Amino acid sequence: MITLNYDNNKKSISIPTKIFINNEWVDSIDGNENFSLINPTNEECLGIIGLGGRKDVDRAVEAARSAMRGKWSTMAPLDRGILLNKLADKLEEKREEMATIESINVGKPIGESFVYDLKQSITFLRYFAGWADKITGRTIPISSSPDTSTPTRQVLAYTKQVPLGVCALILPWNFPLQLLMFKLAPALAAGNTVIIKPSEFTPLSTFYLAQLIKEVGFPAGVVNIVCGLGSVVGDAMSSHMKINKIGFTGSTKVGKMVQNSATNSNLKHCSLELGGKSPIIIFNDVENLDLVVIHSFHGLFWNAGQCCSAASRIYVQSEIYDQYVEKIKKQVELRVLGDPLNKDTHQGPQVNKNQFESILRYIEIGKREGATLVCGGKRFGNKGYYIEPTVFSNVTDVMTIAREEIFGPVMSILKFDTVQEVIDRANDSEFGLVGAVFTKDINKSIIVSDQVQSGLVWVNSFNIIDPSIPWGGFKSSGKGRDASEYCLSVWTETKTTVLDVKL
Amino acid sequence: MSKLQLPNTKLFINNEWVESISGNKFKTFNPVNEELICEVSEGDKADVDKAVIAARNAFENGVWGTTMTAEDRGKTILKLADLIQDHKEKLAQLETMDCGKSIVSAREDIDFCVRVIRYFGGWADKIQGKTIPISSEFTSITKHEPIGVVALIVAWNYPLMLLCWKLGPALAAGCTIIAKSSEFTPLTALYLCDLIKEAGFPPGVFNLVSGLGSTVGNALSHHLDIDKISFTGSTVTGRKIMEGAAKSNLKPVTLELGGKSPNIFFADCDIEHCVNAAKDYVFSNNSQNCCFSSRFFVHESIHDAFLTLFTEKIKQIKVGNPYDESNHLGPLVSKQQFDRVLGYIEKGKSEGAKCHLGGSKHHHADGKGYFVQPTIFTNVTDNMTICKEEIFGPVVVILPFKTVDEVIKRANNTTYGLAAGIWTKDISLALNVSNKLKAGSVWINNYDNCLPQVPFGGFKQSGIGRDLSEYAIQSYLSIKAVTISHKTLHAQQN
Repeated sequence: MITLNYDNNKKSISIPTKIFINNEWVDSIDGNENFSLINPTNEECLGIIGLGGRKDVDRAVEAARSAMRGKWSTMAPLDRGILLNKLADKLEEKREEMATIESINVGKPIGESFVYDLKQSITFLRYFAGWADKITGRTIPISSSPDTSTPTRQVLAYTKQVPLGVCALILPWNFPLQLLMFKLAPALAAGNTVIIKPSEFTPLSTFYLAQLIKEVGFPAGVVNIVCGLGSVVGDAMSSHMKINKIGFTGSTKVGKMVQNSATNSNLKHCSLELGGKSPIIIFNDVENLDLVVIHSFHGLFWNAGQCCSAASRIYVQSEIYDQYVEKIKKQVELRVLGDPLNKDTHQGPQVNKNQFESILRYIEIGKREGATLVCGGKRFGNKGYYIEPTVFSNVTDVMTIAREEIFGPVMSILKFDTVQEVIDRANDSEFGLVGAVFTKDINKSIIVSDQVQSGLVWVNSFNIIDPSIPWGGFKSSGKGRDASEYCLSVWTETKTTVLDVKL
Repeated sequence: MSKLQLPNTKLFINNEWVESISGNKFKTFNPVNEELICEVSEGDKADVDKAVIAARNAFENGVWGTTMTAEDRGKTILKLADLIQDHKEKLAQLETMDCGKSIVSAREDIDFCVRVIRYFGGWADKIQGKTIPISSEFTSITKHEPIGVVALIVAWNYPLMLLCWKLGPALAAGCTIIAKSSEFTPLTALYLCDLIKEAGFPPGVFNLVSGLGSTVGNALSHHLDIDKISFTGSTVTGRKIMEGAAKSNLKPVTLELGGKSPNIFFADCDIEHCVNAAKDYVFSNNSQNCCFSSRFFVHESIHDAFLTLFTEKIKQIKVGNPYDESNHLGPLVSKQQFDRVLGYIEKGKSEGAKCHLGGSKHHHADGKGYFVQPTIFTNVTDNMTICKEEIFGPVVVILPFKTVDEVIKRANNTTYGLAAGIWTKDISLALNVSNKLKAGSVWINNYDNCLPQVPFGGFKQSGIGRDLSEYAIQSYLSIKAVTISHKTLHAQQN
């Protein structure tokens, strides 16, 4: 159990931290490591959790498989949807507690976690609750006759979208609850059972959610949680012979390992939401440059730059380039770094020491390779993993900071001249997660958004994220989609039945 | 009978209760004891005009049609489902008092209303169009927009349930509504208005004008500013609705009308199972069911055994006070219906059919109430009146048949085409026959099993369009195609 005290110790939240299987909290069988959760704001220990091991994963799989044969599989889909809606209601009731947990554990400002992370989490649940009884297949009039005596009308062919079965969800530390909901909501709506591995750095919101799941009345074994190291628990899940699918959000490097293990074990289904080096393209003809500055600023600095969709390459057309850099600098000056639980804080610390050191290294590389440091460029304060919002201009495509994912508050601004040029440069990346185009022109808005090789492109906006809109990347940014009706196809399988009903 | 608090009986426009402009009222009676329940405000054309103005304003200018998010629309609809659930018993009691249906089936109706509304609440933020690949110079999209102001007219046999079937998709699609209940059963719709307001629907989204078909119904079908009309009722009235729509502004029409639905029992069916199932569905809702299966086609090899067993089961059906949970069959809704049904029974006898069971008024308590005995006719030929026309009372006709082709032809030999049931263990036979039956709903080894996710509606003169399911939402939408011409990349200069 970990207890978080906040609001001058006037309030506290208790969170169980064991293995969650069959709606019960149990001790690990073979996890032999204790792990210290560090508060990134002050580098102090929040508490110690016991990590799970491979046998815990086995046990969770058995529970999830058993649940697939029980009430969960015979329940009317509408009733599955009712449970998901009830979970959304519970989350709404506990919104403050959940947002506080997220802010303390991750270091993200309470303004963002309460307003944004929790809103998305609740909305995702409600959106997918509505899909549960609407996952239809088709009846198909076959094109040609199977033999000379059977008229096509006497062959009934139909498809059903059936649940995959036991699904493993591996989540990262940057939006622990929200990214869990991206996968959990559709997985359950489609009738699967799940085993969740939250990041060992940020498991608290997932543990807290487990209690709500039990209270709402999900049958035992439908949702299970084993927190542990990627190399142990993550590996056990991706190579498990009895898990039907793995949904992973994290780095491209680890995503490749997950897919490899998935393939070499039982060819389990695999959907991946990975990294990015996403471009924003700003044309001369934008109506309101100040608005563009605000969109693109948040596009990079949101969550202290810890977003797979961070706008980490900003291409600005030459005529407005200098003006843009000046305006960005002014925005940085308004940014307040501080205690995440303070409502006025805009930016909290980076999530942990590793990330903190990595980002500072990239900043040094940026300086060394000749980019112009506009502002920031170093640690903020002397306690907690804070980094000043950092802006580099005169960045060129070959620089490391323009090619590798930094995952921190480091903006790179690049100059361009023509449409064809900027499209080619934007696409010159192994990644393809998101993109954005800012222009007044109807032609450029459609052509450029079509041509940028990203899974999602915003036009004259950024960060419009909604459960109804498909989310996912091209190229090394991943495969499969989260959110929207489209993601249902990665949480179900098409079963075709063909009946010859000739009399 | 419990002392029940009655709902407000005025007209409901812009979330307010208002007197009808004429001040007229009509009466609604309890079909169990023929007593007056209360008087209800009677609307007319002028009230319909007012309601349309409110609905149009809500659609064009109010939050519902402009800024409210699809998510919030869905949440409001789900809230309505919760409220109907909370008020289940009160609504059921009111429905039984007004309509005469058994309290058990009234509660089932309300349960179904809740599930239907929940189902449609989930659609609100999922009404998607398409993008269509044309060429590199065009981007073509379709937008599925709410059709606008819609009129919903429902019948008296499932007063609240039919209203929920229609308002679910209409609200999910983002339309605004003027509803008309039947003048025989206005009360549960009135009760619903307060729940609609409590759920948070903005003023003008849902309006209710109680009154008569010849005035209010007529005004709705002829109105120039209503974009669509959906009607459940008789084929005769359905025709008038369609005529009114055509003569006025060509508004699209959905019609759920009558039926003369057959159940077909093949030689290999499990007779015991079939008869037990039939006992449950055949006289449900006091036989006042558009899906009522009045023609039982039974294979000649099992005809006698079937008839004997079926008669035995039907004799067990208790007729009486609908509040008594052990009764299966209650009264018909009104004197008109009562006289009509008895008239058909007499016709059957006079045309030469054999009245095998029942055949007259059921004497209940002090002789009051519109009760008819469960009635079975045999020795019926296909061209007899009772075999062709919709009776809407507890009269079943048993017809022997020889071959598959024959029974399909005879089953289809009707201007109706609402539903059909097939009873057999043979999968090929079942699916072949279901291919050939001209009916909107075909049930195999079950009957009259309606579900929110499954479309319901008729072929031929049983109707146009579908209630329930995703298909219902289509009818509350207008499709707009938007095609943008843009340059290709090579044509782009800077």
